Amino acid sequence: MWQIRWVLKPIVFLACLLPALHLGAGALNATGVLHFGGVSLGADPVKVMLHTCGRWTLNFLMITLCMRPLKELTHSVFWLRFRRMFGLFAFFYVLLHLSVYLLLDQSGNLSALWQDIVKRPYITIGMLGLLLLIPLAATSTARAQRRLGRRWTQLHRLIYAIAILGVWHFWWQVKKDISEPLLYACGLTILLGYRVWRRRQSGGPVKQARSRVSVAPPARIDAA
Amino acid sequence: MRRSSADSPKILPSDITPPERYLSRRALIAGGLGVAAAHGLGAFGDKVFGQSAAALTFVRNADFSVTDTPNSYQDISTYNNYYEFGTDKSDPSQNAQKFRPQPWNVTVGGEAEVTGTFSLEDMLKPHALEERVYRLRCVEAWSMVVPWIGVPLGDLLKRFKPTSKAKFVEFKTLYDPKQMPGQRSSVLEWPYVEGLRIDEAMHPLALMTVGLYGKVLPNQNGAPLRLIVPWKYGFKGIKAIVSIKFTERAPRTTWMVAGPDEYGFFANVNPAVDHPRWSQATERHIGASAFGRRQPTLPFNGYAAQVAGLYSGMDLRKYF
Repeated sequence: MWQIRWVLKPIVFLACLLPALHLGAGALNATGVLHFGGVSLGADPVKVMLHTCGRWTLNFLMITLCMRPLKELTHSVFWLRFRRMFGLFAFFYVLLHLSVYLLLDQSGNLSALWQDIVKRPYITIGMLGLLLLIPLAATSTARAQRRLGRRWTQLHRLIYAIAILGVWHFWWQVKKDISEPLLYACGLTILLGYRVWRRRQSGGPVKQARSRVSVAPPARIDAA
Repeated sequence: MRRSSADSPKILPSDITPPERYLSRRALIAGGLGVAAAHGLGAFGDKVFGQSAAALTFVRNADFSVTDTPNSYQDISTYNNYYEFGTDKSDPSQNAQKFRPQPWNVTVGGEAEVTGTFSLEDMLKPHALEERVYRLRCVEAWSMVVPWIGVPLGDLLKRFKPTSKAKFVEFKTLYDPKQMPGQRSSVLEWPYVEGLRIDEAMHPLALMTVGLYGKVLPNQNGAPLRLIVPWKYGFKGIKAIVSIKFTERAPRTTWMVAGPDEYGFFANVNPAVDHPRWSQATERHIGASAFGRRQPTLPFNGYAAQVAGLYSGMDLRKYF
């Protein structure tokens, strides 16, 4: 399976990085320091950077949540080999999102950020989602996975709450046109609904415990 | 010093504080440079962006202009909030190109002696066009500086001889979903409605606008006729106006209907009253430097010396 590890994974990795590279080039163009042909973030580059990073955070959360359904529908563990990478990219983009907000939008004003977290519910829940992602990113290594065993699986169920918080954060911050957050909400409903449906199908909690065991090994394949 | 209150709309030109008195701190800093840049504006606009739009004949009104450096024509004409053409900032410049701003009629009605439907040309004929460089502050906490061309709204409205019952003026945008694709979605109630109290409308700073950078308005900026009220948030500046009505009661304005706790009728720029979801204390100036610091938002967008008197005795937290 060296092709996956040494060919496919690097290609996917670079593809995941493209939005950030595009923003980076656009940001340099906006400063006028350098010039990359054709890349422009428009009249308000900060807002574009902020919103693009936010969107890609949600995109990667959704993609991450697609991996298990894809594995089960195609009967192939292939998908799970990418799950950690996608999850970490969600974390990467949310950190960029926060950095753009704090450093560029709010000019590095920490007290303004704190005021926002306390006073503005959509920022409170967004920040909560980001904080919850930290333990997931921190325990994404093979070693942490082995050490935590079943608790790892339990901990990583936080991804469901994080995705809900993320979509909620988006929904609350739009001025009026909720069509885009609605789209994410529908996607998330399908992804979470699928899991509820599977759980129902596999029966009660006893069977569920067994199926959980069967889920764990593919995750280790990914880690290996 | 002016002592006009909400119910005495008469304001003499001499009541207006000369610009050197009301300029903001940052305007003073940029002052020397700004004046030079502003004087050359007409010619600059012609040279750089002269290809499509028709040039206008106008007189610069320096007394009513700030000396801040205006944003580029590119920024002003591609970064627009105009939901009739889509909710993204870049939508209007893409979707408004087929819009036909000519011929254009405006219906004037309500509490006035002269009412009826007038062609835009007839409406504007008696007035001399002025260029005024105004600050524009959006409720979304960003700002620009724009060299508008227009006529004082008050001068225009007086020709229709509003009666004593005319306490407010209501404006409506064209409703034409064929031309304005955004109107096919129900993101806002259509047509867009805005309004001013009559004394606000008669204030010399309120500008009925037909152009920018020396040319007729681009479609995405509200062609052929839009309102500019520089001390209020940008959404008060209704675009593509087809109806002006003098009313006794306050009009139901579109954003108030959409979010009554977020958008008020007055919508005066006020750093002390936050939007429920974000702070209005500071703003990001578009264009100047992509990564520049936020600048403090000024009460009444820097026009407090001229307009604060309109609201004396009013609780601006309640009447936001």
